[in-house]
Order: sequence, then C-alpha cells, then structure tokens
Amino acid sequence: MPPVFCHSLEELFQHIDIHKHKHLSFHHHLRNGDFVMNTVLRHYRDEQVEGLHLHPSSIFPSYTMLLELLERGQIASVTTNYLNGPVAQWISEHGLPGELKMQTHGGRARSIIDGRDRIDVAYLAAPAVDAMGNAVGYLGQHRCGSLGYAVADSQHAGITVLVTDTVLSDPITDPEIQGVDVDYVVIVDAIGDPDGIVSGTTSITTHPIGVRIASLTVAALDAIGAIREGFSFQSGAGGVSLRVTDELSKIMRQRHITASFFSGGITGHHVAMLEAGLVDRLYDVQCFDLAAVDSLARNDRHIPISASRYANPADPDQVIADLDVVILGATEVDLDFNVNVTTDSHGVLIGGSGGHSDTASESQVTVIVSPLMRGRLPLIKDRVTTITTKGEHVDLIVTERGIAVHPERVDLKAKLEQTTLPVMTIETLQAIAHSYTGKPVDPPLGERIIGVVEDRTYEILDNIHQKK
Amino acid sequence: MNVTAGTYESSDCLIRLSPSTTRKVIVESIVFDQFGDAIQRVLNDTLDQYGVSAVQVECFDKGALDYTVRARLITALKRGGYIE
Repeated sequence: MPPVFCHSLEELFQHIDIHKHKHLSFHHHLRNGDFVMNTVLRHYRDEQVEGLHLHPSSIFPSYTMLLELLERGQIASVTTNYLNGPVAQWISEHGLPGELKMQTHGGRARSIIDGRDRIDVAYLAAPAVDAMGNAVGYLGQHRCGSLGYAVADSQHAGITVLVTDTVLSDPITDPEIQGVDVDYVVIVDAIGDPDGIVSGTTSITTHPIGVRIASLTVAALDAIGAIREGFSFQSGAGGVSLRVTDELSKIMRQRHITASFFSGGITGHHVAMLEAGLVDRLYDVQCFDLAAVDSLARNDRHIPISASRYANPADPDQVIADLDVVILGATEVDLDFNVNVTTDSHGVLIGGSGGHSDTASESQVTVIVSPLMRGRLPLIKDRVTTITTKGEHVDLIVTERGIAVHPERVDLKAKLEQTTLPVMTIETLQAIAHSYTGKPVDPPLGERIIGVVEDRTYEILDNIHQKK
Repeated sequence: MNVTAGTYESSDCLIRLSPSTTRKVIVESIVFDQFGDAIQRVLNDTLDQYGVSAVQVECFDKGALDYTVRARLITALKRGGYIE
C-alpha cells in the first residue's frame, strides 16, 4: 500500500495526534541547511506538547527550534550522536529534566533496531521520493547524498514520515529508504538550504603544524606496512585527515597500489581517488560535499550504506569490520590513550562520537592525529574530561612533536623504532607540551550528572557533568 | 594615560596599563580555569623584577604562553615609561 501523501504538516497532523507520540527522530544529513527539524518542531511548540524525547542523529547550530523547546521545558530527554552550537551550550549549562544520552553512529542504529530506543515518529528529510514512498538522497532539489543515518529510523519507527520537496514521476529502482516502510509523505516548498547542506570544511590543510602531523602519519603508516595492495582506509573530512589521504594517494600512485575501500563520510577528494582507480569502492554513510553527492548518483562503486551496515557490530555485513586503518581527531587524549571528542576542556559539550568509537573499535590500526597544543591547552591530560573512545582501541597518537604508541601494540612499536620517526612514550609527549604551556589546573566538573556516553556495546563509557 | 601591547588574537594577549597608586593585576583569559593563577604569577613576577609597584595591569589573554605574556608586559611598561 503506498503511503499517504500530505501537502502540508497541518494536513499530516489531521492523521497523526501530535500529543500522543513523544519519541521523535530526525536525521542530520542536511546539516546546517536543514529546514525539516525546525519546521516540524514549531508545530510541537505551538501545540505545547510536553515531555518530548528527541532522537536526532546529530544536532547542529541551526536547529534553533530545539533551543526554544528546551527553554520552554518541553523536552525531557535527548538521545543523539553529536551536538554543537547553542543547543549544546544550553544543555551543558542547564541539563535536562531527563537525560542526555550520547551514542555512536553504529550504536544508535543498533539500539533502534534492537528496540532499546523506541521511535514513535521518524520525521525524515528526503531529497527525492517516488509515488510509492521510495527515497534517495542524491536526487532532487536539495540533495544531500547518502541517507545512511535515516535508514534504521525508517524501518523501525512506529510511524515513518518523509518530508520532501521533490516527488519523482519515475520509480526509484534502488532506494535507500524503502516505500514499504513509509507511512506518510509530506510535500513542502523546500527541505533545506543548499549552502548549509555541504559542510564546507573539506579543504586540505596547509597549516605548517597540520602538514607536519600529516607527513608523520603517512610515514608511520608506511613504516608499519599499512600502505599495501588492497588495504582499506577511513579518514574524516578535517583538514589534517584530508592531507593524510592526499599524501597517501601520491604514494599509491608511485607504487601502483590500489585500496579495496574507503568508508565513512565521503568528500570530493575520496571521489577523485575512486575515479583515478586508486580505490575500488567507496562505502558512503554521509556525503560532505557536492562532488560526493554527484558521484553517488552516477558511480556504481560509490555505494550508499546505512548506519547499521556501516558500524553496527550486530550487523552481519558491517563494513568497518574489514577496516585496516582509520584516522581520527581528538579534543583531548589521556595517559591511558582514552580520547575525548565530546566535551572541551571546560566541560562544555562540543561534539560527540559520531563514528569515532565505532571505527576505533573495529579498525586494525587506529591513528589519532592532533596538534600537541591548542592555544595554551595541551592535548594530553592525565585523564580526559569525558571518555568518548576507550584507550584500548587507540594504537597511535601522532602530533607535530612526536608519536606515541599504545603500550600493547609492541608490534607497531618495534616497526616504528626501526625508523628515524620521533617515537616516544605518551608521558614524554605530555612533558614536552607542559614544558611550553605549564601544567594546567583542571577545572572541577559540575556535581550534577546530566547525561552519559554510551558505546556501541551499550556499555556506559562515562558521565557527562553539568557545566559549573 | 593608558598604554597597550600585544593583541587579542589566538595564542597572544593584550596588556593594558593605567595609572594607579598601588599595584592591581587583572586577568581575563579563555583558559582562566586552567592557567589564571599562572598568568597572574608571571605578571607579578615581571613587575617585581622591574620594581614596578604603582600601576594597574589588565591582561586579556587568548592562550598566550608565559614568555609571550612576559614580553607583552615588558613592552607595555617601556611604552608607558614605567621602565627604561
């Protein structure tokens, strides 16, 4: 049975009782260009719906209606993978009546599929929908590429609502969201603003410290034998990660090495390597720029994947189970190699795991790249403010002044010590930073616990404290 | 007369001196929790070293290291004629 098509949200709410359903989910593929969350939540504000539990896959600064609902006390709890901007600041300062739960991309999908997180209504921005409710993200007026973070929601929500501005007359043959899972399609004028959809952070760094970190990283990967025929690789869209990818591509060209796959968030730089024959497949859970979106639409070896297939440890086809190398960032690391990308050193929420813990857990080699100091704050703490990723999953920490190897990776350490690379203990690396900055006094965390960091295993990794 | 040295840019600090009959040292910093005491100490030690006791020092810090804080203060003291 095809879904019911509505021509406005007002019409939708004649079918759905807005007061009855409290657990609402959204995806963040439109990032700062998303209109759907604000538009939908405006109705919940106007109807004064109380006790909401929101499950957005991430929260961006432009999601201002969420802030308004928080200030009015209509939101009890929030479960998400990443948040920054005013909402993050507000929750850090005030907490919630209920709880903030920070998940991972794989953990969120797993939890929804397992029914641990119940979604009553999923409101999913869908760039292109056909008459049967099938949807893809790489067609339409406001394309975002992969819809990976929305798939579990579409399959397991009590009610699945697609919000679109593009209904195609031709059927979509290989949809990311299946029409059989869709209950309603709401047609609006625009689901987003193209300028905010692409993240705009996808340029290769030329900052001398970033350049140094990238070249040390590639040299270390080479020394441990990771750059070999058929290797698999993931790096984010940060400037240092992209520089690592770029330098890798040069080595791969010289030595005629082809990678098997790249996974995760995909940029034009990854696409260029696919098209140059340097990598066989791209497994794309999220497109970071339009070059990636275009490639997804035309190239069969650029494959959109769901968050579950990407990173759910219970998914039999989990892509990152075959991952050899992942390059990840850090706000803080500690002497046990734990990584924080959830809060800053003042205890304010500034991000979250996304796929950090997922990929670190699965990858054969996990490399953290970061400047040793940011401003006056040293990277390496005795204990991170918040654990996002456990130290046992981290193998190398590469900074501009040295490389630390996890003590249990004696294999990697032995190989690196045969080179002239600056390999040292993490304590030494910390001491180098302190010789410039002095030892920081850690501000005490607030007494009230406002949330938790939940790993993909469902283990609670750490508590999140209210900002003092 | 107020004199300044430095900038309010990342990894720098802006020092402003104003006339005062006693020594006052005021620190604002993006890393105040972690390094507020350390910055205060560098400012006071530098004033002690140059024997300056009658001045108000305001430091607006954006993560400057100790030697930067010290250099900015010395420059401001010279500009203001507090020291040679």
